[in-house]
Formats: sequence, C-alpha cells, structure tokens
Amino acid sequence: MNQPEHIEGRNIHRKLVRKLVLLAVAMFGFGFALWPLYNVFCDLTGLGGRGVQVVENAGVLEQSARQIKIRFDANVNSSLPWEFEAKEKAAMVPLGEMNEALYVAMNPTDTVMVGQAIYNVTPPEASLYFVKTECFCFTLQVLQAKESREMPVYYFIQADLPEYIKEITLSYTFFRNTSADAVALSDDETSSARTVLKDRPK
Amino acid sequence: MSNENTHKHAHAHDHHDDKPTGFLNRWLFTTNHKDIGTLYLILALVMFFVGGAMAMIIRAELFMPGLQLVEPDFFNQMTTMHALIMVFGAVMPAWVGFANWMIPMMIGAPDMALPRLNNWSFWILPFAFTMLASTLFMDSGGPAAGWTLYPPLSLQGGQSFAFVVFSIHMMGISSIMGAINVIATILNMRAPGMGLLRMPLFVWTWLITAFLLIAVMPVLAGAVTMLLTDHFFATSFFNAAGGGDPVMFQHIFWFFGHPEVYILILPAFGVVSEIIPTFARKPLFGYSAMVYATASIAFLSFIVWAHHMFTVGMPLTGELFFMYATMLIAIPTGVKVFNWVSTMWKGSMTFETPMLFAIGFVVLFTIGGLSGLMLAIASVDLQYHDTYFVVAHFHYVLVPGSVFALMAGTYYWLPKWTGHMYSEKWGKIHFWLSAISVNILFFPQHYLGLAGMPRRIPDYSTQFADFNMISSIGGFIFGASQLIFLGVIIHCVYKSRVKAPGRVWEGAKGLEWTLSSPPPYHSFNTPPVIDSTTVAHAEGTH
Ligand code: HEM
Ligand SMILES: [Cu+2]
Repeated sequence: MNQPEHIEGRNIHRKLVRKLVLLAVAMFGFGFALWPLYNVFCDLTGLGGRGVQVVENAGVLEQSARQIKIRFDANVNSSLPWEFEAKEKAAMVPLGEMNEALYVAMNPTDTVMVGQAIYNVTPPEASLYFVKTECFCFTLQVLQAKESREMPVYYFIQADLPEYIKEITLSYTFFRNTSADAVALSDDETSSARTVLKDRPK
Repeated sequence: MSNENTHKHAHAHDHHDDKPTGFLNRWLFTTNHKDIGTLYLILALVMFFVGGAMAMIIRAELFMPGLQLVEPDFFNQMTTMHALIMVFGAVMPAWVGFANWMIPMMIGAPDMALPRLNNWSFWILPFAFTMLASTLFMDSGGPAAGWTLYPPLSLQGGQSFAFVVFSIHMMGISSIMGAINVIATILNMRAPGMGLLRMPLFVWTWLITAFLLIAVMPVLAGAVTMLLTDHFFATSFFNAAGGGDPVMFQHIFWFFGHPEVYILILPAFGVVSEIIPTFARKPLFGYSAMVYATASIAFLSFIVWAHHMFTVGMPLTGELFFMYATMLIAIPTGVKVFNWVSTMWKGSMTFETPMLFAIGFVVLFTIGGLSGLMLAIASVDLQYHDTYFVVAHFHYVLVPGSVFALMAGTYYWLPKWTGHMYSEKWGKIHFWLSAISVNILFFPQHYLGLAGMPRRIPDYSTQFADFNMISSIGGFIFGASQLIFLGVIIHCVYKSRVKAPGRVWEGAKGLEWTLSSPPPYHSFNTPPVIDSTTVAHAEGTH
C-alpha cells in the first residue's frame, strides 16, 4: 500500500471507529450500571429476597383471618466461629399482626467479636410483604468471650400477601466484621453495648 | 534496528515481495494481515496444547475414583485454567487469526483497516497469557473457582487474583480492538461490487461476532473489575457480608457469557458454510436464510442468560421466559443445520479432510445442540445443572463444534497459506482418530451427569468408575491425535513438496482462490473485478 492511500484510508475509518469505541466504552459503563439497575429492579420486585420494609411504628394494621407458616433459619459464615440458631424453627402467624421471633447467638471463643447478620426471605417476592419494626440485623452485634444473647426480631406480614405464597422462610447469616472487631477489643471490656451502625447495609 | 536491516539486506533479495527484513521487523512490528493472522494462529495452537495438557491432568486424575495424582486445590486450578486458556487463548485467538488471514482476501481488500491497531491487539495477548499462567507459580496459586469466577468462592483466593483479573482485562482489550478492526475492514474496505449480500458467510458470521464482542467483552471487564475491588478494596458489589448480592454477579457474568458462547461458534458456522459447498460442488442452500439466522441467533443470545441460573431461585415467570427464549434459539440453529444438509443433498460430494471435519461438525454439533435443548427445560435442569451432563453439552458444542470447524478451516486454507498441500492421508487419520475418540471422551459424560456426578470435583463415588475410565481413555486418544495435527501442519509448512494451485479445491468459489498459493505478501492492492463467477454467492443463487 502506498502512503497517500494509507492516509486516506484512515479518514474513512475514523468516523466508524469512533462510534465503535464509543459503543465499547458505553458497554463498559453499562456493565457497572447493571449493578444499580438490578438493585432497583430487586427493590421493586423483591426478587433478591431483600425487599423487607422497615417501619418505626407499626400503627394500626389491616387484619386478616389468614395464617401463614414462617420458618426461621440461622447460618454462620465460616469466618465467624459463633453458634447461632433460631429458638423456634417455625411458627404459624396471622397476617397483619405483630410477632416476635427469637434467635440466640453465642460466642464460644475467648475473644470479643463483632458480627453482622444479613437476612434473606424466600420466596423472594414475599419479602415485599414482610415488615420489620426491629431486628438484630439493623446493628452490629458485639459478643464478649463466652457471651450468649437472645436476639429478637419484631415483624408482621401484610394482609395483602398473595394467595399463592403458602410459606415464608426468614433466613439470617452472621458474618464477621473484622474492622469492628478491633474497635470492640479496644473498648471497655465491660461494655456490651451494641454499636449502632450508621450505614446499615440494605 | 536500521543497522540490522542493512546487515540482512543481501539475504532479503531472494524474496520477490517486499516482506520486512529481520525477525523483529517481520514479526514484532508487522502490520501485515497475513503475518498477524499467522501469529494469532500460532498462539492459538500453543494455547490449545497448553490447555490440552491441563485437560490430560484432569482426565488422568479422574481415571479412577480416589485421589491419585494431584491435590484437590490444584485440580480446581487445572479445571479453571483449562477453560480460561481454551476459551480466551485457543478458540478466540484462532478465530481472530482466521479473520486476519481470510477477511481481506475474501472481500478484495489490501489489508485490515487498522494495521497498527492490529499489531497491538495481537501483541497484548502473549503478555496476558504469561500473566495468567504465572499465577500457577504464585503462593496463592492460580484461579480455582471455575472459569465463571463466581463469588464468594472466587473472592476467597489469594493475591494472585489480581493478576487473573488484569489478564482478563488485557484479553478483553485485545478482542475489542480486533473486533473494531474487523468491522471497519468489512464495512469500509470491500472491493467494488462486493455487496453485503455477496459476502462469503465466513465474513458475515465474523461481522456479527465482532458486534457481539464489542457488546459483551466490556461487560465482562466491568464484572471482573467489581470482583477485584470487592477482593482488594473492601467494596461490596457481590459480597453478602457488606450487603451485596453474589447472585447478581451471575446475572452480569452471563450477560457476557451466553453471547460469548456464540462468539466461539458463529465463525465456525461461517467456515462450515464455506467448506460444504466446495466439496458438495453446489452453491450454499439458503444463503440469505443463513445470514438472517446468524443475526437472529446473535440477537437472541442477549435475552437467554439466566438459563445458566435456573437453580438460583427465580420466580416461575422468569424460569418460563428464559426457557422459551432459549428454546427459540434452536429454530435459527435448526435452519442452519437444515441448510448444510440440503447443500449436500444430491451434491457430487468428495471427502477430503476439510469436508470430513465439516461433516463431523454438523453431526456432532447437533448432538450438542440437542443436549442444550434438554438443559433449556427449566424443570429438568434442576437435575442436570452443575453435573457432567452440562460438561458433555458444552464440550460437544465446543470441541467437535468450534474446534472441529477450526481444524476444517485449517485443512481447507493451509494449502492457500503455505503454497503446499498437506498430507491427505495423515489428515484423514487425524480426522478419524479425533472423531471417534471425541465421542468416547464426551458421550459417556452425558450418562455420568444424568446419574448425578457433579462437575468440578477431583474424586467421585465408585458407581461412576467405569464410565470415567472410558471417558479418560477417549481423552488420552484425543489428546494424542492432536499431535498428528501438529505433525501435519509442520510437514505442510516445511517439508511438503506438493505445490498447491491457486484454486486449491476445484469446487471452491470466492476471491481468495483467484490469488496464487501462497498469496503475494500484499494482495488486492488494486481492487479485483467482481462478477458472479468469482463470488460464491452471486445474487442468482440465494
Ligand atoms: C441450541 C443451542 C443451545 C442451547 C439450547 C444451550 C443451552 C444451555 C443451557 C441451558 C446451559 C446451562 C446448563 C446448566 O448449567 O445447567 C448451557 C451451558 C453451556 N453451554 Fe449451551 N446451549 C446451546 C448452544 C451452545 C453453544 C453453541 C455453545 C458454545 C459453543 C454452548 C456452550 C455452553 C457452555 C460453555 C456452557 C456451560 C457454562 C458453564 O457453566 O461453565 N452452548 N447451554
Ligand atoms: Cu447459555
């Protein structure tokens, strides 16, 4: 190929190449945009199983004669050597009524540790009808060496829960929060106050 | 450098074309599409044997139940690296190599549109793969969470994960630059008279593949970048402890992943659509149907990703949508298989090695497509998912699918590239050994999967012993047969004395056959005159 042809060649390609590069860059952005997009989608549909609403005060609830079975599931991530279980494995609850579920966590080690519980609801759509007023997963949980503590959840299921949902599982997994561990260690040994987490993970 | 040039000047005089002199000038700084094509093909062949050696380790460990040869963690590194190397190192670069060699010659262009970018996109790759392979020698070992890199497992590896992510970035950049080049070449550099609907199907399938590459490689880059920051910078994109969702990674990954499997197979469709008409001595049946089928497959490939995730707990409507959308892909794919068979129907067929591989492709790829349809049925995928049935499925579409098409294309164009005929006898031996052993290797894996053997494990229950042994034996034969392939290529390049004519196969149509074999270093400096006798798909033959 001789030189002039070459240079002319570049000009015909420039416009097209610019568009294609733009497309590639846009798709790179789109890859990241998928993350918030999916989050919005999951918030609207509850499909991540994490669409639970939180209210300060339940107020007057719409009642219903229907009852539904709730299962309580408890897991601990392998990096946190705690024991953690639900006091009752399941309960029949009427829709539209406040309920309490109790979990128990215990730190069998000789050091203070901080955990964060993350919840999930199955079937995921049901999470949209699940309302909590208080939960141990709202804050970090500090357990001193050998300490055991009951951890309550206050919740109700909205009366308009779709008919086809016959059973709901509320599941928690406790994860270790190592950065908070260090803070807890340097804190006063006797204080077992719960550190309130400002940015509660959603 | 100029010193070296003058030094070798005398040497260069017996070349009658103006190839750059000196090894570095010729290969490292080359901007010639034929040289870059050769480089890509050599890299792909080397990677094919590296990935193949890893497969041999895997099959050797699975020869018998129990742990014999390797530690489980190393086994997982082998399955992960084998897949990454075969997908990104062997099949994808091989197709780019074919694109470089053939597209300019097929559309009557003097070179690729952006020759310097072309050099750059190739030379990134050896560095990317060196970096990827180097992780095997690091303290924390290579990636071991499977080629899909699902968190949380992929985040639990050590520091070497950063190298894996950067090497994937580099491969992605290389593929995107290659794709931009292909599109610019095809859209801007066709010889006068080479209308879009006169282009050979290989060019068509590559055009569509290139768009897929630009659309999804950046998404993969984004996904692995998020893994990287989750691993090293305490973000929580996919980290459940921080409120992220690991399943979301799967959604993002498979938005890349399913189009990716079509990136691996569409050029194969193109090559087979070139070869079958040549040896059936009939024009391709349904040329425009083939083009539209390819385009619809490419479109559909964006809306089926969650068929890889039927077991994550989707709502019923989701399962149904992805099930039906996936099954829809079988229609354009079926059109293609039908057209290949119709092209052969009542043709005067001969069975040279490229044709054997092409027919092997049609038959065996179809088996892979059928197991794909089974996997697409959401309700039964709950049983098949993550078992050896999936392993059998994707190996049928990838090995006797993409890889056979690569071999068919290599035998088809090797005489054109080198100017010499390869050994037909050894080519046929290579075909028959490969075609038989690939079935011994992968067919039993369907049954293993249906019986419940999970994938990605180094040990298994004794009830699976016999079929695994059969599969491993098939694997060793297949592996060994590929040495014949290597031998045939080396013989053809260096030893063969049989000169190849310009039109290597007498039934072959298309511009590349109007050039000498080997073609001049710079071909089609002046655009060729195109009439309906030189192109395979003149308007009259749709
Ligand atoms: C008729 C066409 C096809 C259908 C209906 C189909 C369907 C499927 C389905 C449903 C799965 C997921 C199975 C599971 O994990 O449970 C799957 C996996 C896979 N398919 Fe296909 N497929 C088709 C063609 C192809 C082609 C052409 C390729 C590549 C050339 C391919 C490569 C793969 C790969 C690599 C996997 C496994 C991914 C992994 O989990 O690592 N498939 N296929
Ligand atoms: Cu897929």
